[in-house]
Amino acid sequence: MTNEEVWRALETVKDPEIDSVSIVDLGMVEQVEIRDDMVSIHLLPTFLGCPALDIIRSRVEEAVKQAGAQAVTVEFLRHPPWTSDRISEVGRERLKQFGIAPPPRQMEPGAWQVECPYCGAERTVMENLFGPTACRSIFYCRQCKNPFEAMKPVLPLAME
Amino acid sequence: MSEKSMYFHPDGQEALVELLFQLADDDFLLAYRGSEWLGLAPHIEEDIAFSSINQDTMGHAAMYYQLLEEFGLGTADELAHARPATERRNAVLLELPNGPGHYLREPRYDWAFTVVRQYFYTQAKHIRLESLRKSAYKPLAEVAAKVQVELHYHLLHWHTWFVQLTNAPGEARTRMIKAIQDVAADFAGVLTLGARGAEMERWGLIEGEDVLTEKTIAALAPAFAEVGLEWPMPFGMKHGNGRNGEHTPDLDDALATLSEVYRSVPQAIW
Repeated sequence: MTNEEVWRALETVKDPEIDSVSIVDLGMVEQVEIRDDMVSIHLLPTFLGCPALDIIRSRVEEAVKQAGAQAVTVEFLRHPPWTSDRISEVGRERLKQFGIAPPPRQMEPGAWQVECPYCGAERTVMENLFGPTACRSIFYCRQCKNPFEAMKPVLPLAME
Repeated sequence: MSEKSMYFHPDGQEALVELLFQLADDDFLLAYRGSEWLGLAPHIEEDIAFSSINQDTMGHAAMYYQLLEEFGLGTADELAHARPATERRNAVLLELPNGPGHYLREPRYDWAFTVVRQYFYTQAKHIRLESLRKSAYKPLAEVAAKVQVELHYHLLHWHTWFVQLTNAPGEARTRMIKAIQDVAADFAGVLTLGARGAEMERWGLIEGEDVLTEKTIAALAPAFAEVGLEWPMPFGMKHGNGRNGEHTPDLDDALATLSEVYRSVPQAIW
């Protein structure tokens, strides 16, 4: 198998809770190793308690096998930590299409400005820091009056 | 997560294992107590937030149990579900019930106690993680970095509740002050590293408990200024030292409930 074929297969594996966005878009794929038709894939978990991780693992195995691999191993790595700046440009657009505001690329402490994914307005307020999944918060747009979700910024921590 | 076990000097392994059990059991028990609030939290937004926090916290415990699994001490599921109370290393504060009643029958849980316990514990956990990120055991340092990123949101959440309820007039403030006293009476049990604490420090696994205690007090102090209460206060271990295996009958009850499904078919895959 070629590297390209594996990545194309990984593109078809969507986040089970956001079906417009692939694990590649989310920056969850850290490494792909191919030896003959044995493929080993290293993934980064987004949130540690995320119940979707096991589903993602089995879907990756399935997709890469279908693309022609004899054997596939999937490992979740502890390091480096996944951060939300790993989400690609395409991923950010696809999150918006799903009604989820993408996380800011960088942030001043305490100031999380979110644009409404529907109308683009900045007049939004946070309703709940926690949302339907570990990685999302709930917002409300004062412009178009839609409730929406935003992906939480998870940014690298400086060592104190 | 399935990374290979990393080497650590055999003479320091007992201290390392002891520390991992403390970290795992603390998060596991508090996440369980938190989950008993499901459907009972003060409003729907809190129900969502608190379940999210409990889910994260259970995920943190699972990471520590997996580190223990790599030392050949049993599977993470066994370590979480099958160990009796006498082997548990969690602080007693974290096993105490949410209040009178039972989550299925007339739960008369105390939200003030819950908020104070969660806020104090989350702040202590944050300080502990800051230290663990520099741990001599690299797999632990890596897990700590990951956990700390998630903890940031928990800390914001409990700080908000703590300040708003304590600054509210009437019953809320009275109950919060009572809850602060109750939590403080057992909070030394969270801060202690137990009989092997000095060894943990010597092996570079974590800083000493005196340093961590001082930092935790300093981190809680601004919130006490915000609510106009005197600080610091004396901490105790009223219900015993869980790091030494001393626990209350409430832990037996909790373990019986949380392991009921596991014990019915231990071979089942989850």
